[in-house]
Amino acid sequence: MVSERQLEAIKGAKVLMVGAGGIGCELLKTLALSGFQDIHIIDMDTIEVSNLNRQFLFRQSHVGQSKAKVARDAVLKFRPQMSITAHHANVKDPKFNVEFFKQFNVVLNGLDNLDARRHVNRLCLAADVPLVESGTTGFLGQVTVHVKGKTECYECQPKPAPKTYPVCTITSTPSKFVHCIVWAKDLLFAKLFGDKNQENDLNVRSSDASSSAHAEDVFVRRKDEDIDQYGRRIYDHVFGYNIEVASSNEETWKNRNRPKPIYSADVMPENLTEQNGNVAKNCVVDTSSVSAMASLGLKNPQDTWTLLESSRIFLEALKLFFAKREKEIGNLSFDKDDQLAVEFVTAAANIRAASFGISLHSLFEAKGIAGNIVHAVATTNAIIAGLIVIEAIKVLLKDTDKYRMTYCLEHITKKMLLMPVEPYEPNKSCYVCSETPLSLEINTSRSKLRDFVEKIVKAKLGINFPLIMHGSNLLYEVGDDLDEVEVANYAANLEKVLSQLPSPVTNGTMLTVEDLQQELTCNINIKHREEFDEEKEPDGMLLSGWTQAPPAKDDKQSMNDKQSIGNGGDSSNALQTEPADAVKDGEMEEISEPSGKKRKLSEGSKASILDATDGTRNHKEVEKLDDDDDDDDDVVMFDDLDSMTNKKKRLQ
Amino acid sequence: MDGEELTEQETALYDRQIRVWGADAQRRLSKSHILVCGMKGTVAEFCKNIVLAGVGSLTLMDDRVVTEEAWSANFLIPPDENVYGGKTIAEVCCDSLKDFNPMVRVSVEKGDLSSLDGEFYDKFDVVVVSCCSKLINEKCRKLSKRVAFYTVDCRDSCGEIFVDLQNHKYSKQKIEETIECQLQYPSFEEAISVPWRALPRKASKLYFALRGVFEEAEGRSPGEISIADLPAVLKLKKELCEANALNASHVTDSLLERLIIGTREFPPVCAVVGGILGQEVIKAISCKGEPLKNFFFFDVMDGKGVVEDVSNPKKESK
Repeated sequence: MVSERQLEAIKGAKVLMVGAGGIGCELLKTLALSGFQDIHIIDMDTIEVSNLNRQFLFRQSHVGQSKAKVARDAVLKFRPQMSITAHHANVKDPKFNVEFFKQFNVVLNGLDNLDARRHVNRLCLAADVPLVESGTTGFLGQVTVHVKGKTECYECQPKPAPKTYPVCTITSTPSKFVHCIVWAKDLLFAKLFGDKNQENDLNVRSSDASSSAHAEDVFVRRKDEDIDQYGRRIYDHVFGYNIEVASSNEETWKNRNRPKPIYSADVMPENLTEQNGNVAKNCVVDTSSVSAMASLGLKNPQDTWTLLESSRIFLEALKLFFAKREKEIGNLSFDKDDQLAVEFVTAAANIRAASFGISLHSLFEAKGIAGNIVHAVATTNAIIAGLIVIEAIKVLLKDTDKYRMTYCLEHITKKMLLMPVEPYEPNKSCYVCSETPLSLEINTSRSKLRDFVEKIVKAKLGINFPLIMHGSNLLYEVGDDLDEVEVANYAANLEKVLSQLPSPVTNGTMLTVEDLQQELTCNINIKHREEFDEEKEPDGMLLSGWTQAPPAKDDKQSMNDKQSIGNGGDSSNALQTEPADAVKDGEMEEISEPSGKKRKLSEGSKASILDATDGTRNHKEVEKLDDDDDDDDDVVMFDDLDSMTNKKKRLQ
Repeated sequence: MDGEELTEQETALYDRQIRVWGADAQRRLSKSHILVCGMKGTVAEFCKNIVLAGVGSLTLMDDRVVTEEAWSANFLIPPDENVYGGKTIAEVCCDSLKDFNPMVRVSVEKGDLSSLDGEFYDKFDVVVVSCCSKLINEKCRKLSKRVAFYTVDCRDSCGEIFVDLQNHKYSKQKIEETIECQLQYPSFEEAISVPWRALPRKASKLYFALRGVFEEAEGRSPGEISIADLPAVLKLKKELCEANALNASHVTDSLLERLIIGTREFPPVCAVVGGILGQEVIKAISCKGEPLKNFFFFDVMDGKGVVEDVSNPKKESK
């Protein structure tokens, strides 16, 4: 039951929801039922079929339409008096500036990527508006509260970066199926169907004996070359010849099993077209329904293909691309919703896996890995949405003592499925909310400004539209309002070595990096250093004072590895986890390791006690309520949480 | 595991959840039949969840007419008399639920569930009721096939779920292995007969408080209990505590007062409890994952979602 005080706060509140997807739909519905009257929603996505298992405000007939708009319309049906403003736009759009954020009493995130979360975090800090963050993956979920000056901001604790793999693992020594997927998707598929001008590591070998010119020609289909012949030629090159060459290097295989070369003639001695004559009959106009599986009569995406089936699909898919989608070749990028692309990548990954003694996977599984699909159900989102609204109400009432971070667990821990924890105080070293200067070790006579901008400012600090100053001198900026001279000037600066800039950057210099939209200012102390370890510091720079979460154990070396390949963006509506694959491996890090800072906000503060009933409770009764809880563990102690997390990792 | 393959339509729609619980579990869900009695806000949430999950059928029972209280916490009922006029709560909810997933058969059954016989119950795999009923629980237990039984109740800013899966076999994942397990559940009557002193000292106070409230409310229709009953409930609490050698102050008067006065549901609690219930029913049907045994409590005051095992230790077998 809601007290008068709560009702008033709710009625008068102006709320911003960022995201109208899995969490967003549940959240909007619960906010509406709870009496909220004025809500803005921002979401740039349109509705897809795979959303409908949980984003219940949407119907089949809405596929393709704006999530924000359809969500609004659906909720207005059962709460017509509400004011819901839908923005079909990217939250990073400059129109959602600090002024925009300032109009809200609280911001509620239902996002699916780290980048947007950091952006919203910074804007909320700049606008001094409380933020309630959340995420879900499968049965796991969490809700956290961030209030400037009172609690940690979203970036106070390190968030794991998306997983990357060393190039050599992908090109030469795969040991897991995901390595084969990355090879098939980012190297082979890209080489055959993507932009020809893109750098591609496909033929990178440890001992580069053969000429690269020869290697380049191999992948291009010769004029009038028979498509079956072309397909087999490619097959034999990547699965046969390349493997033989790689296999010949003794060093690489000292402690590893040698891969087996696979030739098409051995797997499929007969001519493919004799097997099925369907391709010619396939007069399909709609390219998106062209499918090698359909062609070959393989119906179930959950079946794991054999080497033979994978090989057939490989050739058939290649054929179909050239036969039906020739115009797209040279421009294609992998899309998980492109059936033929997924078939091709699955087939290629499977053949490579067979070569290296790795188990093959079904299309369903491969698609999940290649597409970074996050598994999701309605129930977790509903639970998290309920918890978000509960926190939002506390925030509106400024009941600081009552703020909680709540974890929705898959397995009962200490008798709990929902575990509340008190938020931490702000991290004094957080460069985002505490404005602590960072330190950068760099060779100022060798590194260019461009390197600094790409590797530090954008990649690590998440500032995409930076302004870089040395004292009062503008070294670099981005913007629409720059004139030709300025643009040329900045372009020139990018190519200069730091110590040669108009305002030289040397040992002891302090640079200021700003993002005007996020109203973030970051000071960086420059320290000159001559040498950097090529293996451990391939970037040639070392940023400190900025915390990066430790990588998953077996990929430790790849973290700072310049030569590393990721598996595409992190499109997780989550807890910064990698999808399916990571879950199986028990590498979930859904509860980010706290930095052990003093936690309790409530220490020493005798702030108001939340009245869950009406406001007429007298003081004595209220005190009684408080005493009631003195023998319960109200808060889970840090150590327990830690050991619990570890326990969970082992159990999984 | 028997059964036809999932259709292409099902695979496309259920893709994201199949990645959570697998195709086998999805097939089992599509063959399951759920009965729900008492369409309060929390139950509406549960129904939404279970329909989205893709069960075979959902049957709703609630002959009450629509009132403001009904639609205030239930998003399946539009606050428009032109829409709900002349219909029962179940009928209005049915119309809304059908929309969420055309592959699920949603229908209405009229009448009093507790007066129906075994033949009726036999059609279902799961029965969910929104007020404790020993009688209905007993009927579920008398059948030759296992019918999972759940009660769910939310009042003020708390919620309770009771689970009875009788003898339940399931599989769970431990690192890379799949382990087969078994749980034995007490009936509702058996559970509440467990002496209070046998329960852990830190057992959720809500358990005790709600037993007092429900015992007082026994025989009366839901919602009939009001602040006027508070003195009687407090007296009952004292008696129960004495009989069970439990310190009366362990269950505060203020908690009981909250529960008596706050008969209305709080929508965020409905979402939380309806979500947990949804997950539990999915586990029971799919036989995958360890179901909770046997009470679940949620209270906004402390923010915890707690599981209490209220059973006689001798009867348990793992």
